Amino acid sequence: MEKDTDQLPRTGLVRAGVPFDPAKLGKLLNSNGHSGFIGMSYRDHGPDWVELGLPWREDLVGDPETGVLASGPIISLLDNATSMAAWVSQGEFRPQVTLDLRIDYLRAAARGKAIVARGECYRLRRTMAFVRGLAHDGDPSDPVAHATGIFMLVHGDEWAADGRDRAIRAEEK
Amino acid sequence: MSVAAPIDALPPYARALGMVVDHIDDGCPVLAMDYSATVGGRPGYLHGGAIGGMLEMAAFAALRAHLSQRELDLRIKPVNVSIEFLRGGQAERTFARGTVLRAGRRLANVRVEAWQSDPQKPVASCWMNFLLSPR
Repeated sequence: MEKDTDQLPRTGLVRAGVPFDPAKLGKLLNSNGHSGFIGMSYRDHGPDWVELGLPWREDLVGDPETGVLASGPIISLLDNATSMAAWVSQGEFRPQVTLDLRIDYLRAAARGKAIVARGECYRLRRTMAFVRGLAHDGDPSDPVAHATGIFMLVHGDEWAADGRDRAIRAEEK
Repeated sequence: MSVAAPIDALPPYARALGMVVDHIDDGCPVLAMDYSATVGGRPGYLHGGAIGGMLEMAAFAALRAHLSQRELDLRIKPVNVSIEFLRGGQAERTFARGTVLRAGRRLANVRVEAWQSDPQKPVASCWMNFLLSPR
């Protein structure tokens, strides 16, 4: 074990301060837990954006009458894509917590079609990352959902086992 | 999901994530979801998307129950949702209950709170708006 990196805060899967390579770390982040269960995958990224995908699946349907996917998986996809956009903008992985996330559902996603979501970090401040995202089911010019959100960035000494509450309390000081 | 469906009916997505109707509080379904890898984010915590998805399912359930009591079998479409994450969701059972603030002819406005062991300490809340139309 490298001692110096061991001192860095962790979020569990990835150590803080590690250069953020969405293609590589994205695979790890998206293949575990809830993200893995709903079938998220990395597609592409740029200097301030990350694109992820999600296949349509019968067991993720929200309306059995129409076969329309529940919006929950779309929230998860936009959450991860915008989170990763904040990390790619910072150039490294840092713990962060979601302050809020708002999603407008522009239209229902079509039955059987995969969802693609692109998250963008449009402004990075010392303590906050301002993000937005669009999700579509094949045609980026006809999106199904639009997201805006804010992540609170957690600095090294603010992170603990119960990192979120400590971090927020530190923000309030 | 149709308003005419049973009050404790949940769509495939909710069942896949382990959500159940825990009990009915004053005519409104209270959802519960046990922690499992299926809803986990960073180790030991719930994924924000799973929390958001649960808040939405509780909003739908509250609105369906509300419309059903008024015998209005309307079509319900989500317009938007805004989620506030208040505390890290721990690896334990989570509950969520919606409140219909207003349901008119075309629009419904719903609030939802989610909590874990202590109902006084919500882990997340949301407002969600719906478009209502005749079936």
